[in-house]
Amino acid sequence: MSATAPIVSRMESAARPPVAIDEERPASLDEESAAWLRDLRGQGPARDGAVERLHALLLRAARFETGRRRASHPHLRGDLDDIAQEAADDALLAVLARLDDYRGLSRFTTWAYKFALYQASVKVRRRSWQGREIPVEDEAWNVLASAETPPEDEAEQSELLRAIRDGIASALTPHQRTVLVALALNDVPIDVLAERLQTTRGALYKTLHDARRSLRRELAAAGYAVGEGRKEVS
Amino acid sequence: MTDADGKSRAIARALGPVGPEVSCETCFELLDRYVELEVEGADADAALPGLRAHLEGCPACHEEHESLLALVSSERP
Repeated sequence: MSATAPIVSRMESAARPPVAIDEERPASLDEESAAWLRDLRGQGPARDGAVERLHALLLRAARFETGRRRASHPHLRGDLDDIAQEAADDALLAVLARLDDYRGLSRFTTWAYKFALYQASVKVRRRSWQGREIPVEDEAWNVLASAETPPEDEAEQSELLRAIRDGIASALTPHQRTVLVALALNDVPIDVLAERLQTTRGALYKTLHDARRSLRRELAAAGYAVGEGRKEVS
Repeated sequence: MTDADGKSRAIARALGPVGPEVSCETCFELLDRYVELEVEGADADAALPGLRAHLEGCPACHEEHESLLALVSSERP
Protein backbone atom coordinates (compact mmCIF):
# COMPACT_ATOMS: atom_id res chain seq x y z
CA MET A 1 0.00 0.00 0.00
CA SER A 2 1.57 3.28 -1.01
CA ALA A 3 1.47 6.32 1.22
CA THR A 4 -0.87 8.14 -1.12
CA ALA A 5 -3.10 5.37 -2.46
CA PRO A 6 -6.75 5.49 -1.44
CA ILE A 7 -7.66 2.69 0.92
CA VAL A 8 -10.78 0.85 -0.10
CA SER A 9 -12.23 -1.65 2.25
CA ARG A 10 -12.37 -5.04 0.62
CA MET A 11 -15.68 -5.48 2.36
CA GLU A 12 -17.22 -2.40 0.82
CA SER A 13 -15.50 -2.02 -2.53
CA ALA A 14 -18.15 -3.89 -4.49
CA ALA A 15 -21.09 -2.06 -3.03
CA ARG A 16 -19.97 1.41 -2.13
CA PRO A 17 -17.82 4.23 -3.44
CA PRO A 18 -14.15 4.01 -2.48
CA VAL A 19 -13.20 5.32 0.93
CA ALA A 20 -10.45 7.85 0.37
CA ILE A 21 -7.96 8.13 3.20
CA ASP A 22 -5.98 11.27 3.80
CA GLU A 23 -2.56 9.84 4.44
CA GLU A 24 -0.29 12.79 3.97
CA ARG A 25 3.18 11.81 5.08
CA PRO A 26 4.78 14.13 7.60
CA ALA A 27 7.68 16.14 6.15
CA SER A 28 10.13 14.37 8.44
CA LEU A 29 10.25 11.98 11.34
CA ASP A 30 10.45 13.42 14.81
CA GLU A 31 13.89 13.12 16.33
CA GLU A 32 13.03 10.30 18.73
CA SER A 33 11.36 8.15 16.05
CA ALA A 34 14.29 8.68 13.69
CA ALA A 35 16.69 7.56 16.44
CA TRP A 36 14.66 4.39 17.04
CA LEU A 37 14.81 3.52 13.34
CA ARG A 38 18.50 4.34 13.03
CA ASP A 39 19.45 2.22 16.05
CA LEU A 40 17.20 -0.73 15.20
CA ARG A 41 18.53 -0.81 11.63
CA GLY A 42 22.11 -0.55 12.85
CA GLN A 43 24.49 -3.19 14.07
CA GLY A 44 26.43 -4.10 17.17
CA PRO A 45 25.90 -2.70 20.67
CA ALA A 46 23.75 0.22 19.48
CA ARG A 47 21.25 -2.20 17.92
CA ASP A 48 21.38 -4.60 20.87
CA GLY A 49 20.65 -1.72 23.23
CA ALA A 50 17.78 -0.51 21.05
CA VAL A 51 16.25 -3.99 20.91
CA GLU A 52 16.47 -4.22 24.70
CA ARG A 53 14.82 -0.81 25.12
CA LEU A 54 12.15 -1.76 22.59
CA HIS A 55 11.35 -4.95 24.51
CA ALA A 56 11.02 -2.94 27.71
CA LEU A 57 8.70 -0.49 25.94
CA LEU A 58 6.56 -3.31 24.56
CA LEU A 59 6.43 -5.05 27.95
CA ARG A 60 5.17 -1.84 29.52
CA ALA A 61 2.44 -1.60 26.88
CA ALA A 62 1.51 -5.27 27.32
CA ARG A 63 1.27 -4.82 31.09
CA PHE A 64 -0.87 -1.73 30.52
CA GLU A 65 -3.28 -3.92 28.55
CA THR A 66 -3.33 -6.84 31.00
CA GLY A 67 -3.81 -4.33 33.82
CA ARG A 68 -6.91 -2.97 32.08
CA ARG A 69 -8.33 -6.49 31.79
CA ARG A 70 -7.54 -7.51 35.40
CA ALA A 71 -10.92 -6.54 36.83
CA SER A 72 -12.96 -8.23 34.10
CA HIS A 73 -10.87 -11.43 34.17
CA PRO A 74 -10.30 -12.15 37.86
CA HIS A 75 -9.72 -15.87 37.14
CA LEU A 76 -6.63 -14.93 35.08
CA ARG A 77 -4.99 -12.85 37.79
CA GLY A 78 -2.09 -15.27 38.29
CA ASP A 79 -1.49 -15.58 34.54
CA LEU A 80 -1.50 -11.95 33.52
CA ASP A 81 2.20 -11.25 33.95
CA ASP A 82 3.10 -14.37 31.95
CA ILE A 83 0.68 -13.21 29.26
CA ALA A 84 2.31 -9.77 29.21
CA GLN A 85 5.78 -11.29 28.89
CA GLU A 86 4.69 -13.56 26.02
CA ALA A 87 2.92 -10.66 24.35
CA ALA A 88 6.03 -8.47 24.58
CA ASP A 89 8.21 -11.24 23.13
CA ASP A 90 5.83 -11.81 20.20
CA ALA A 91 5.36 -8.09 19.63
CA LEU A 92 9.13 -7.58 19.53
CA LEU A 93 9.43 -10.14 16.73
CA ALA A 94 6.52 -8.54 14.86
CA VAL A 95 7.91 -5.01 15.17
CA LEU A 96 11.37 -6.04 14.01
CA ALA A 97 9.94 -8.04 11.10
CA ARG A 98 7.77 -5.12 10.00
CA LEU A 99 10.17 -2.25 10.58
CA ASP A 100 10.03 -1.31 6.89
CA ASP A 101 6.24 -0.92 7.16
CA TYR A 102 6.65 2.00 9.57
CA ARG A 103 5.95 5.07 7.47
CA GLY A 104 6.29 7.79 10.06
CA LEU A 105 2.57 8.57 10.17
CA SER A 106 2.71 8.45 13.96
CA ARG A 107 5.45 8.43 16.56
CA PHE A 108 7.46 5.23 16.43
CA THR A 109 6.48 4.37 19.99
CA THR A 110 2.76 4.69 19.16
CA TRP A 111 3.24 2.44 16.15
CA ALA A 112 5.13 -0.13 18.25
CA TYR A 113 2.62 -0.01 21.13
CA LYS A 114 -0.21 -1.28 18.95
CA PHE A 115 1.64 -4.55 18.36
CA ALA A 116 2.02 -5.16 22.09
CA LEU A 117 -1.59 -4.20 22.85
CA TYR A 118 -2.82 -6.48 20.07
CA GLN A 119 -0.75 -9.43 21.25
CA ALA A 120 -1.75 -8.95 24.88
CA SER A 121 -5.45 -8.51 24.19
CA VAL A 122 -5.61 -11.56 21.91
CA LYS A 123 -3.80 -13.70 24.49
CA VAL A 124 -6.09 -12.54 27.30
CA ARG A 125 -9.19 -13.36 25.23
CA ARG A 126 -7.89 -16.79 24.26
CA ARG A 127 -6.66 -17.68 27.77
CA SER A 128 -9.98 -16.58 29.20
CA TRP A 129 -11.85 -19.00 26.92
CA GLN A 130 -9.42 -21.88 27.26
CA GLY A 131 -11.36 -25.12 27.81
CA ARG A 132 -14.74 -23.46 27.28
CA GLU A 133 -17.22 -24.58 24.66
CA ILE A 134 -18.26 -22.05 22.06
CA PRO A 135 -22.01 -21.48 22.45
CA VAL A 136 -23.69 -21.84 19.08
CA GLU A 137 -27.33 -21.89 20.13
CA ASP A 138 -29.50 -18.93 19.33
CA GLU A 139 -31.84 -19.44 22.28
CA ALA A 140 -30.96 -15.99 23.57
CA TRP A 141 -32.71 -14.48 20.54
CA ASN A 142 -35.90 -16.21 21.58
CA VAL A 143 -35.60 -14.75 25.06
CA LEU A 144 -34.87 -11.27 23.76
CA ALA A 145 -37.59 -11.47 21.14
CA SER A 146 -40.04 -13.09 23.55
CA ALA A 147 -43.64 -13.06 22.42
CA GLU A 148 -44.70 -11.94 25.88
CA THR A 149 -46.23 -8.52 25.76
CA PRO A 150 -43.36 -6.05 26.23
CA PRO A 151 -43.71 -2.58 27.71
CA GLU A 152 -45.05 -0.19 25.11
CA ASP A 153 -41.69 1.54 24.58
CA GLU A 154 -40.02 -1.80 23.87
CA ALA A 155 -42.62 -3.08 21.41
CA GLU A 156 -40.76 -1.75 18.36
CA GLN A 157 -37.49 -3.27 19.57
CA SER A 158 -39.11 -6.63 20.21
CA GLU A 159 -40.68 -6.68 16.77
CA LEU A 160 -37.34 -5.87 15.15
CA LEU A 161 -35.62 -8.57 17.22
CA ARG A 162 -38.16 -11.14 16.07
CA ALA A 163 -37.53 -10.08 12.47
CA ILE A 164 -33.77 -10.38 13.05
CA ARG A 165 -34.21 -13.85 14.54
CA ASP A 166 -36.28 -14.92 11.53
CA GLY A 167 -33.81 -13.31 9.12
CA ILE A 168 -30.90 -15.16 10.71
CA ALA A 169 -32.76 -18.41 10.10
CA SER A 170 -33.80 -17.66 6.52
CA ALA A 171 -31.30 -15.28 4.93
CA LEU A 172 -27.88 -16.47 6.13
CA THR A 173 -25.68 -19.38 5.14
CA PRO A 174 -24.94 -21.92 7.91
CA HIS A 175 -21.42 -20.48 8.31
CA GLN A 176 -22.70 -16.89 8.46
CA ARG A 177 -25.28 -18.00 11.04
CA THR A 178 -22.64 -19.68 13.20
CA VAL A 179 -20.38 -16.63 13.08
CA LEU A 180 -23.09 -14.04 13.68
CA VAL A 181 -24.72 -15.95 16.53
CA ALA A 182 -21.38 -16.58 18.26
CA LEU A 183 -19.97 -13.06 17.87
CA ALA A 184 -23.03 -10.83 17.96
CA LEU A 185 -25.32 -12.77 20.27
CA ASN A 186 -23.19 -14.95 22.51
CA ASP A 187 -20.28 -12.49 22.92
CA VAL A 188 -17.61 -14.99 21.87
CA PRO A 189 -14.41 -12.95 21.25
CA ILE A 190 -13.54 -12.93 17.55
CA ASP A 191 -9.97 -14.13 18.21
CA VAL A 192 -11.29 -17.13 20.14
CA LEU A 193 -13.69 -18.10 17.36
CA ALA A 194 -10.93 -17.56 14.77
CA GLU A 195 -8.64 -19.93 16.67
CA ARG A 196 -11.34 -22.61 16.98
CA LEU A 197 -12.29 -22.35 13.30
CA GLN A 198 -8.63 -22.13 12.26
CA THR A 199 -9.06 -18.84 10.48
CA THR A 200 -8.17 -15.19 11.07
CA ARG A 201 -9.88 -12.24 12.73
CA GLY A 202 -10.05 -10.48 9.35
CA ALA A 203 -11.66 -13.41 7.57
CA LEU A 204 -14.24 -13.86 10.33
CA TYR A 205 -15.08 -10.17 10.40
CA LYS A 206 -15.61 -10.28 6.63
CA THR A 207 -18.11 -13.13 7.19
CA LEU A 208 -19.81 -11.14 9.97
CA HIS A 209 -19.95 -8.07 7.75
CA ASP A 210 -21.51 -10.01 4.87
CA ALA A 211 -24.00 -11.64 7.25
CA ARG A 212 -25.03 -8.26 8.64
CA ARG A 213 -25.48 -6.88 5.14
CA SER A 214 -27.66 -9.84 4.11
CA LEU A 215 -29.68 -9.42 7.27
CA ARG A 216 -30.21 -5.70 6.69
CA ARG A 217 -31.30 -6.38 3.10
CA GLU A 218 -33.76 -9.02 4.27
CA LEU A 219 -35.20 -6.66 6.86
CA ALA A 220 -35.37 -3.76 4.41
CA ALA A 221 -37.24 -5.98 1.93
CA ALA A 222 -39.71 -6.78 4.71
CA GLY A 223 -40.29 -3.06 5.25
CA TYR A 224 -38.05 -2.36 8.23
CA ALA A 225 -36.13 0.92 8.22
CA VAL A 226 -32.62 -0.45 8.41
CA GLY A 227 -29.51 0.38 6.40
CA GLU A 228 -28.60 3.91 5.43
CA GLY A 229 -31.82 5.44 6.67
CA ARG A 230 -32.13 3.19 9.69
CA LYS A 231 -34.16 4.61 12.51
CA GLU A 232 -32.34 4.66 15.80
CA VAL A 233 -34.01 2.28 18.21
CA SER A 234 -33.51 3.58 21.71
CA MET B 1 -28.55 -3.31 32.05
CA THR B 2 -32.29 -2.98 31.47
CA ASP B 3 -34.24 -5.18 29.07
CA ALA B 4 -34.44 -2.24 26.69
CA ASP B 5 -30.66 -1.76 26.84
CA GLY B 6 -30.12 -5.45 26.22
CA LYS B 7 -32.43 -5.41 23.23
CA SER B 8 -30.87 -2.26 21.83
CA ARG B 9 -27.39 -3.76 22.16
CA ALA B 10 -28.48 -7.02 20.55
CA ILE B 11 -29.97 -5.15 17.59
CA ALA B 12 -26.85 -3.03 17.16
CA ARG B 13 -24.54 -6.03 17.31
CA ALA B 14 -26.65 -8.05 14.90
CA LEU B 15 -27.04 -5.34 12.29
CA GLY B 16 -23.63 -3.68 12.70
CA PRO B 17 -22.60 -0.19 11.65
CA VAL B 18 -24.22 1.50 8.69
CA GLY B 19 -21.94 2.90 6.00
CA PRO B 20 -18.51 2.09 4.64
CA GLU B 21 -16.01 0.58 7.03
CA VAL B 22 -12.45 -0.59 6.77
CA SER B 23 -11.39 -4.18 7.40
CA CYS B 24 -9.67 -5.42 10.59
CA GLU B 25 -6.33 -5.45 8.75
CA THR B 26 -6.70 -1.85 7.58
CA CYS B 27 -7.88 -0.82 11.02
CA PHE B 28 -4.67 -2.19 12.52
CA GLU B 29 -2.56 -0.43 9.89
CA LEU B 30 -4.19 2.95 10.57
CA LEU B 31 -4.83 2.74 14.30
CA ASP B 32 -1.65 4.51 15.47
CA ARG B 33 -2.26 7.43 13.09
CA TYR B 34 -5.92 7.64 14.10
CA VAL B 35 -5.09 7.72 17.82
CA GLU B 36 -2.44 10.40 17.39
CA LEU B 37 -4.90 12.58 15.48
CA GLU B 38 -7.42 12.10 18.30
CA VAL B 39 -4.85 12.99 20.95
CA GLU B 40 -3.86 16.09 18.97
CA GLY B 41 -7.52 17.15 18.81
CA ALA B 42 -7.61 16.80 15.01
CA ASP B 43 -10.54 15.39 13.05
CA ALA B 44 -9.44 11.76 12.91
CA ASP B 45 -12.71 10.61 11.33
CA ALA B 46 -12.37 13.05 8.44
CA ALA B 47 -8.75 12.05 7.87
CA LEU B 48 -9.34 8.31 8.07
CA PRO B 49 -12.94 7.63 7.00
CA GLY B 50 -14.37 4.20 7.64
CA LEU B 51 -12.31 3.52 10.71
CA ARG B 52 -14.83 4.77 13.27
CA ALA B 53 -17.56 2.61 11.72
CA HIS B 54 -15.29 -0.41 11.99
CA LEU B 55 -14.57 0.31 15.64
CA GLU B 56 -18.33 0.39 16.25
CA GLY B 57 -18.77 -2.96 14.54
CA CYS B 58 -15.75 -4.90 15.81
CA PRO B 59 -15.50 -5.30 19.61
CA ALA B 60 -11.89 -6.57 19.47
CA CYS B 61 -10.57 -3.65 17.40
CA HIS B 62 -12.67 -1.35 19.58
CA GLU B 63 -10.93 -2.60 22.75
CA GLU B 64 -7.50 -2.21 21.19
CA HIS B 65 -8.32 1.32 20.09
CA GLU B 66 -9.47 2.20 23.60
CA SER B 67 -6.25 0.81 25.04
CA LEU B 68 -3.93 2.58 22.60
CA LEU B 69 -5.77 5.85 23.11
CA ALA B 70 -5.53 5.49 26.90
CA LEU B 71 -1.83 4.57 26.77
CA VAL B 72 -0.81 7.38 24.44
CA SER B 73 -2.98 9.91 26.27
CA SER B 74 -1.34 8.95 29.57
CA GLU B 75 2.05 9.94 28.15
CA ARG B 76 1.07 13.30 26.69
CA PRO B 77 0.75 16.37 28.87
